[in-house]
Amino acid sequence: MVVFDKPKALTNAPFHYCPGCTHGIVHRLVAEVIDEMGIEGETVGIASVGCSVFSYDYFGCDMIQAPHGRAPAVATGVKRSHPDNFVFTYQGDGDLAAIGTAETVHVGTRGENITVIFINNTIYGMTGGQMAPTTLLGQVTTTSPYGRKKEIQGNPIRVVEMLSTLDGTAYAERVAVDCVKNVINAKKAIRKAFEVQKNKLGLSIVEVLSTCPTNWGLSPEKAIEWLRENMMEHYPLGVYKDLTKEAAENE
Amino acid sequence: MSNILLAGFGGQGILFAGKQIVLAGMKLGKNVSWLPSYGPEMRGGTCNCSVIVEDEPIGSPLVTKPDILLAFNTPSFDKFESKVVKGGMLFVDSSLVSKKSERDDIKAYYIPATELADENGLPGMANVIMLGFIVKKTGLFDEEFFKESLNSGIPASKAHLAAANHKALEIGFGYEC
Amino acid sequence: MLMKGNEVIGEAAIRAGCRYFFGYPITPQTELAEYLAKKMPKVGGLCLQAESEVAAINMVLGCNASGERAFTSSSSPGVSLKSEGISYIIGSDLPCVIVNVQRGGPGLGGIQPAQSDYLQATKALGHGDQHFIVLAPAYVQEIATLMGEAFDLADIYRTPVMLLADGALGQMMEPVDFEAKKQRTLPEKTWAACGHGNKREHNVVNSLYISPEVLEQTVLARFERYKLIEEKEVMYDGYMTEDADICIVSYGITARIAKTAVKAAREKGIKAGLFRPITLWPYPKKQLSALADKVKKFLVVEMNMGQMVDDVKVATDCRRPVEFFGRTGGIIPTPDEILAKIEEMNGGAD
Repeated sequence: MVVFDKPKALTNAPFHYCPGCTHGIVHRLVAEVIDEMGIEGETVGIASVGCSVFSYDYFGCDMIQAPHGRAPAVATGVKRSHPDNFVFTYQGDGDLAAIGTAETVHVGTRGENITVIFINNTIYGMTGGQMAPTTLLGQVTTTSPYGRKKEIQGNPIRVVEMLSTLDGTAYAERVAVDCVKNVINAKKAIRKAFEVQKNKLGLSIVEVLSTCPTNWGLSPEKAIEWLRENMMEHYPLGVYKDLTKEAAENE
Repeated sequence: MSNILLAGFGGQGILFAGKQIVLAGMKLGKNVSWLPSYGPEMRGGTCNCSVIVEDEPIGSPLVTKPDILLAFNTPSFDKFESKVVKGGMLFVDSSLVSKKSERDDIKAYYIPATELADENGLPGMANVIMLGFIVKKTGLFDEEFFKESLNSGIPASKAHLAAANHKALEIGFGYEC
Repeated sequence: MLMKGNEVIGEAAIRAGCRYFFGYPITPQTELAEYLAKKMPKVGGLCLQAESEVAAINMVLGCNASGERAFTSSSSPGVSLKSEGISYIIGSDLPCVIVNVQRGGPGLGGIQPAQSDYLQATKALGHGDQHFIVLAPAYVQEIATLMGEAFDLADIYRTPVMLLADGALGQMMEPVDFEAKKQRTLPEKTWAACGHGNKREHNVVNSLYISPEVLEQTVLARFERYKLIEEKEVMYDGYMTEDADICIVSYGITARIAKTAVKAAREKGIKAGLFRPITLWPYPKKQLSALADKVKKFLVVEMNMGQMVDDVKVATDCRRPVEFFGRTGGIIPTPDEILAKIEEMNGGAD
């Protein structure tokens, strides 16, 4: 009897992610949702630039690799010409909240029926630990070696809060993958985001607080602790927008 | 056949007038081109339009030495009057331009098109009056043919103006100076 | 039908079966987006105004990656913004049509017609080893035929194709016939990422190859295709080149102005001719080289500072003197100016 297996929506390509990196968990959650909804054949994923660029090799659905920050625009092009397909982007914080801020905001304003999986680990991973738009005040990175100071590098950006103010955003939730309970909740959120897309309600985004043990210079275990102790205060978990709920309450 | 330059202010119907000449030329199986100046001004700025009606395929679409010049304001008169080719024709809206050409190698016509339009309850149709006058004086097109052509050139949204356009054209055909 | 160049671009795209346009307003090509905003919904298509040229080209990337014909348009400053996306589209072997209705530069430059993006278009619009097809119409009618060709060439060779026009051509009206276009056999888009329907392996559209050996192979394969394009898709036009002493080389709107100058020169007994490249890449090198055997001098005429001069020198192996006349900044040269240059060169030949 098989009690634990790889989701069908993941290929057999071995992940290249560092030990303790939570990309693997999130990939799995997305793939499980695709399996459960039986939509792999209709799904197109958009890989972004950063560590997760190789997600095009890991997800079994059709995949397109977008230029840095432009995944939401690429997704728009796919979704508008294939409105019945499921289209998701998988983006890190530098990609989504720095170079791709305009593209991100405007899929919200237009209410594009796509799902954005947003990995927030407060750092640029692939290029080796530089400051991200989400890097916390005081956090040391290779480009904020004295700690991020708001007077110099500005403040960390809260993405789901910002996107929840947009009329075209149907669903925005921040989750974490630091413990079993939160991982289960994260999967629920991702499932809900895809359901929102299925019902054509508008943009759905799930921000996932994630770790980067390598560039944080911590062990995987310590990294999880650091996430809980530092990130959750600035980036509180929770649902920031839910049109399905509002709709239900109105009825 | 003709290199025509129409020039004036934006909003005077310069581009529309040019287009009517081109449409009529096209119906006669001529080669035609229409090239507007374009700029940041939407209304009130200077505006001109190069129109060519030719038997041969058209090379340069830009009219720098017009056979026919229509000057709808003083800046256009100042800028282009000297560019008209020898033996060419100059048409001036004398309601708006008080100057006269001193050249004796071109034919110059002065028609108070804007006043005529206002007097006849055709505000904004000085361009069509001028068209009528030009068609008659140049012999570019048969008058009846041009009237028909103008009819088909009026967009559906302006169909109610057909009668007014005809009236304006007739005034142009009949004007003597 | 009498239409503006910009509108013809839109109509020709619709007639080529393209149903998706993504753009951003910029003078002097905005009539195109306005035309499509009216027409696309009527044919079940979409004209979407993006938040930027950057977003627009990436929407085009996504749409083409999913197997649909999509195109974008801009003018010079906006095309610079699209260069990133175009490089990715090349790296992903995607078809795509891009229109540049050029205006004067650099920077915000001006809004009057120019050809000062020649080098950008033909040599290095985006980063990386790359080419793409560049088509330069000189007549509104030619816009109609070349736009249709652009979509076909893009699909056949899985490459971007740029229609390189200018503000004057975009703004001017001439009669146009949309039927005059040759039919081509198009390959099936088996590579499209539009959902595998559990019937095939997943398709991946990407431009990233971490292994240099693999990347080199993909580039080499692409350059094999470029070779094919250079062999089969060169387009050009000639006017009185047979017995010409002085041969003008000019493209786009400038070429037709030069044609007027050639006629005038002939009337004065000067043996002038005109060679007009229609494909700026692939460049008609062989044809120009053959001309170099016959003519005494070349005169390049452009609305820029001489961006094509080197291409003529290379194509002709510098066997004949190559001179230049041009206006820039948005000024259209006049036939008289060009004629004066021809006369000056003719005097020098005696």
